[in-house]
Amino acid sequence: MKQYDLVIVGAGPAGMAAATAAAEQGLTVAVLDEQAAPGGQIYRAISAPAPQDEHILGQDYYHGRQLLAPFTQAEVDYIPAATVWEITREREVRLSAQGQARTLRAGRILLATGAQERPVPFPGWQLPGVMSCGAAQIMLKTSGLTPPAPLILAGSGPLLLLIALQLHRAGVEIAAVLDTTPRENYLKAGRHLGGALRGWKVLVKGLGYMTRLKGSSVRCLSRVSGLRAEADDHGKLSRIRFTHKGKEQTLNATSLLVHQGVIPNVQLSRAIGIDHQWDEQQLCWHPRTDFWGETNIPGIFIAGDGAGIGGAVAAEQAGRLSAWQIAHQLGKQSPVDRDRLAEPVRRDLASILAIRPFLDVLYQPAKEFLTPSDDTLVCRCEEITAGDIRRFVQSGCIGPNQTKAFSRVGMGPCQGRMCGLTVTQIIADTRQTTPAEVGYYNIRSPIKPLTLQELASLADNDSSQSATENN
Amino acid sequence: MQTDSPFNRLATTPAEAVTLEIDGQPFIAREGDSVAAALLAAGAVPSRTTPVSASPRAPYCMMGVCFECLVEVDGLANVQGCMVQVIEGMKVRCQSGARELTEGDFHEAV
Ligand SMILES: Cc1cc2nc3c(=O)[nH]c(=O)nc-3n(C[C@H](O)[C@H](O)[C@H](O)COP(=O)(O)OP(=O)(O)OC[C@H]3O[C@@H](n4cnc5c(N)ncnc54)[C@H](O)[C@@H]3O)c2cc1C
Ligand code: FES
Repeated sequence: MKQYDLVIVGAGPAGMAAATAAAEQGLTVAVLDEQAAPGGQIYRAISAPAPQDEHILGQDYYHGRQLLAPFTQAEVDYIPAATVWEITREREVRLSAQGQARTLRAGRILLATGAQERPVPFPGWQLPGVMSCGAAQIMLKTSGLTPPAPLILAGSGPLLLLIALQLHRAGVEIAAVLDTTPRENYLKAGRHLGGALRGWKVLVKGLGYMTRLKGSSVRCLSRVSGLRAEADDHGKLSRIRFTHKGKEQTLNATSLLVHQGVIPNVQLSRAIGIDHQWDEQQLCWHPRTDFWGETNIPGIFIAGDGAGIGGAVAAEQAGRLSAWQIAHQLGKQSPVDRDRLAEPVRRDLASILAIRPFLDVLYQPAKEFLTPSDDTLVCRCEEITAGDIRRFVQSGCIGPNQTKAFSRVGMGPCQGRMCGLTVTQIIADTRQTTPAEVGYYNIRSPIKPLTLQELASLADNDSSQSATENN
Repeated sequence: MQTDSPFNRLATTPAEAVTLEIDGQPFIAREGDSVAAALLAAGAVPSRTTPVSASPRAPYCMMGVCFECLVEVDGLANVQGCMVQVIEGMKVRCQSGARELTEGDFHEAV
């Protein structure tokens, strides 16, 4: 079993920045990432972006090169296409790569596993032709592929507007952008305007997306509600319906891209048994971490969007803070040096994060996506609807682990990644209590399905590595 | 395999062409494409049907979260198409309904 001072899971901005900083302090570092190349979600394929025209993805994307260069040069064992499926409290990290499983032992562990898009349940979201906005963006970055027309984007949040703008710049014809942000959010968010003004740079950027999009030929409708997708005879998306200004409308669509913000990816942190708390503003769970990103399990840290949504630049800075604290804990750096490095980064972080409460409240999803109508599929794997969940609650289920026992909800291949949040919110809403009180699924390792062959290879690989180490 | 309205390819930076088979038909993808991206570019939509009700599905998140992109790759069923890159000569099959048990079967609980 190979031993490292620090094993990092995730090669997004948080993971790349942390690895670079830790290697600079003399730590032995391994970085494991499921993807074939470094970058994480925002800087996907940054080492070889597909679109020839750099104007399409824009400057914020190419900022990733400034992280990639030092990361590539740093003395770090970077293992791509490696899925981490178990981490133990004894800091053993089990992964699969190229059909083989093995274990790494770590002095410290940093989860930099980022975010996933919030599930966007509404009637018809399972139809072929409906995709998340992030999915379309990933295809644009890695393959230069754009979805077929007629194309509609629907949802809420800065990423919706950014992706609409990127596709528009790519020359894609967009039939409509439907903004589902509820009207009352503007009022609620107004209370956080003070903080937003301190984070004015982000605000200006966000407003920029909006004005550029509105100034283009793209048709933008705001305060849209009652979104439904309908299929043709082959079961594929063909039409969408929605309400705008009190009137029901229908549009033909081959592609519908949906988005309702991003939420921390908590699959690993849950499986390790790290404490999580419900975030009232971001309306999701996030792991509890201290000042430096350390969790309640000593030696296991979380940085970046996986610890709570803060965006790419915040992720990068948080990764550095964790790396310096880890270097200090392992005796490579005095507290004075650590604090000297951390001070300016901490100030930068505070100013970046100042806008969060405003953004988080402004872009809270409409109720129809948080607690969808009875006919909406909630668990796409096992095909359980919101109505089913409500009925289970009425017959006595008080939490998600009970609805699971009743119906297999959350037991399909995605292991609750797509339905977990919605199931908690529907139960809370039906029981008239809070998501914090209702809780979440118990997540167990392996967090990704494993073949028997991979499992069998684990014993061989771990013992053959130990043998070479003993020589 | 249906081939109407596939995804369009923009002008891209240079990369190798990769020939694979999708449901027995040859298709030329770009190096760096995921299997799921290649399926969408080929218009192979839906790319699977569900075990519960046989309803049609296609890749949804492209980042390993939703498991809607499950396909058979070189004989191995239930592979997340968005997490695997295309390689020359690869054979991809759309999956209908429940998978059949194969040697590399799932291990669901340790
Ligand atoms: C689809 C998508 C698109 C986005 N696009 C943008 C954008 O254009 N602009 C923007 O400002 N923000 C964007 N965001 C928000 C963005 O994710 C973050 O702000 C930023 O990427 C967070 O950085 P991070 O380092 O925390 O995590 P990420 O960049 O998400 O990196 C996490 C990495 O961890 C890896 N990983 C996760 N779990 C495992 C595991 N078990 N084993 C191995 N590896 C694992 C993933 O493969 C990934 O590479 C996007 C988010 C999503 C979900
Ligand atoms: S498309 Fe969602 S897991 Fe592959």
